[in-house]
Amino acid sequence: MTQVISIQPVTRIEGHARIDIHLDDAGRVADARLHIAALRGFEQFVVGRPAEEIPRIVSRICGICPWMHHLAAAKAIDNCFAATPPPAGHLLRELCQVLAHVHDKILHFFFLAAPDFLLGAAGDYAARTIMGLARREPELAAEVVRMRQLGQTMLERFAGKAIHPVAAVVGGFAKPMSEAELRDLQAGGQALLDFACRALDYAREKVFARFEDDDLALGTIATGFLGTVDGQGNLRFYDGVLRLMRPDGATSEFAAADYARHLAERVEPWSTAKMVYARAWNEGFSLDPEAPRGVYRVNTLARLNVCDRIATPRAQAELEAFRARFGRPAQGTLLAHWARLIELVYACERVLELLADARIIDPVVRTPAEPRAGRGVGHVEAPRGTLIHDYTTDDDGCITRANLIVGTTHNIAPMNLSVRRAAAGLVAEGEIDAELLNRIEMAVRAYDP
Amino acid sequence: MSDQARPRLSCEWLHACAGCEMALLNCGDRLLGLLDRVSIVHFPLLMDHKYGDRAGAGFDLPRAEIGLVSGGVASREQLALLRTMRESCKTLVAFGTCATHGGIPALRNQWTVDQTLRTVFPEDEGECSSAFDGSSFLDRVYGIDEQVAVDLFLPGCPPRPETIVGVIEALLAGEQPQLTEKSVCEHCPTIRTGKGQRTVRRFLANAEYDPGEPIGSMRCLLEQGLLCMGPVTVGGCGGGETPLCIRARVPCRGCYGPVRRNGNQLLDMLNALASNGIDHRAIVDRRSLLRFSGAHGLLKPPEKRR
Repeated sequence: MTQVISIQPVTRIEGHARIDIHLDDAGRVADARLHIAALRGFEQFVVGRPAEEIPRIVSRICGICPWMHHLAAAKAIDNCFAATPPPAGHLLRELCQVLAHVHDKILHFFFLAAPDFLLGAAGDYAARTIMGLARREPELAAEVVRMRQLGQTMLERFAGKAIHPVAAVVGGFAKPMSEAELRDLQAGGQALLDFACRALDYAREKVFARFEDDDLALGTIATGFLGTVDGQGNLRFYDGVLRLMRPDGATSEFAAADYARHLAERVEPWSTAKMVYARAWNEGFSLDPEAPRGVYRVNTLARLNVCDRIATPRAQAELEAFRARFGRPAQGTLLAHWARLIELVYACERVLELLADARIIDPVVRTPAEPRAGRGVGHVEAPRGTLIHDYTTDDDGCITRANLIVGTTHNIAPMNLSVRRAAAGLVAEGEIDAELLNRIEMAVRAYDP
Repeated sequence: MSDQARPRLSCEWLHACAGCEMALLNCGDRLLGLLDRVSIVHFPLLMDHKYGDRAGAGFDLPRAEIGLVSGGVASREQLALLRTMRESCKTLVAFGTCATHGGIPALRNQWTVDQTLRTVFPEDEGECSSAFDGSSFLDRVYGIDEQVAVDLFLPGCPPRPETIVGVIEALLAGEQPQLTEKSVCEHCPTIRTGKGQRTVRRFLANAEYDPGEPIGSMRCLLEQGLLCMGPVTVGGCGGGETPLCIRARVPCRGCYGPVRRNGNQLLDMLNALASNGIDHRAIVDRRSLLRFSGAHGLLKPPEKRR
């Protein structure tokens, strides 16, 4: 006779999920599973649509990272139609992408995750929120809210829509940047970078420096990692090659278009979410907590593990300090929060770097495209991890097939392992209270699903 | 004001993407002001209020003066959650176009659930087999007013941040929120001459305009021959200013839904094209004129069409 304890819904995450903890007769954790239930059907209903419309349809996969889907699709459709955007087209797309990373990272750390650390994992749930944080530290909360809004407003002023964007188009971008817009964005970008550095200093002092061994062990598992780097091994969000790292740190690289040779998708009988595993390792797939096979992670920690360095100075200094302390690859699940704020600094530095590239105000932003039959894969690094869109078009340039691997899908398998590890470490003989359940959720929250 | 004395706000998301919630969080200082005036009692994105121990049998939701529901309804679980929200909230707001008209996810209504499951989980790949129990899904994606009584419709994909706060503030003051009833075109400053192209083309090259000039000097995109849903889409996306997609020099695709709530964007657009002498046969994908409003039985699988 077993008992199942459910956490429903998992909260302060960016979607719908449930955790089931299975206890045996002795009250020990026999299994623990994360269920993410969703049948949206995007791979079905994009079929038949003109391919150039896809970037503004699939953005609705996620209202938190719509730019990522918008851009992965635009890059994929470029490839379907063999349309090569001019340099300014790519620069403007990447600018929007890194700005979108900025708001997302502020949201996740301060609105969703930080209440656990700053207000305590135990105690009244109603106080453990961004609203509670606003009462405890009103100046910090006000700055967080305003800086997130600033990033979103910069996007809207330049690109029209910030949520469910429309400005990336097959062949490039829909409008060039004016000099006035450039100056406006530079001022905003500098304000965001200043804030990002303060935010990281604050979090290091108030949160990360206080991580105890228990925190670093919460939901920690030994897995491989996947992320994107350029030809020199620098961290990249917008383009580059995919680098897959084994748990021992050995790496291999592949082009996004070859993803199906290196990664494989499957469905476990008990799960409604697809899982992805490393086909390239030739060890199959197993969620056995003692000996997982084929499991890798994506997201902030994964990207910082796979890259050799970051090409912007402040983020690079932070990466060096992080790596000196935790090694490479770092496996601690909660370290994803630290990595997230290092990436926030990188994203802000990258905003200014892109704006300093004289080509970004070139008026030629789009190469006209012709519909044709083809297949195109597009990928970007989304806040939640590597995002791959794969489309096939017919002679009229309409979609005949689509396959989408979103960031969270890669992380379904490791999140299940982390939930089980956290539950097994915390639950002793069936003694379960609200704080313990929240700590199990914290292992999931670190992945930002 | 103590937490107990404040009006209570309850928020749920159904067949949704979190974009509406992001818009609410984009309100900046007005968000901070709002948080001082209400007590949030349920909001899975931001707070740890759970459904209680009755998982499967129902949901335990706190009572609230105002309830916001984003997303349409696509599963039995979402339907049960929606009904509980209706019972527990005095004023229920359909928050965003998915809730009011189905939104993008209702494009799925052109296929049956079984067809969609077979496409998303293609068994012929061997390694992907369906783990879904098809019976947990409704036959199609519904707008929430097809299932429960709705007090206020706040369309938008997503609604404009200041509009969201304005609606909540009006409800708190006991007033009827004022939302625009004008179309996107009536908010659009581009130049219309009445003598446009007689056909529409796909958006494969950018519109013609001088990027150094203000948007008011650009020719109407529909008159340039680009399919633009402005005439049949309710406005408000740009606040009092230029609609957002037009600011990006990109044609409207109808994301706020029809001008009249019960309108049909497909029929309305074909009428608008006909009255301007534009040949609709050039439209590659006519059913996508219902891209954001395919609930209410408007989008159906081919075998169910008349």
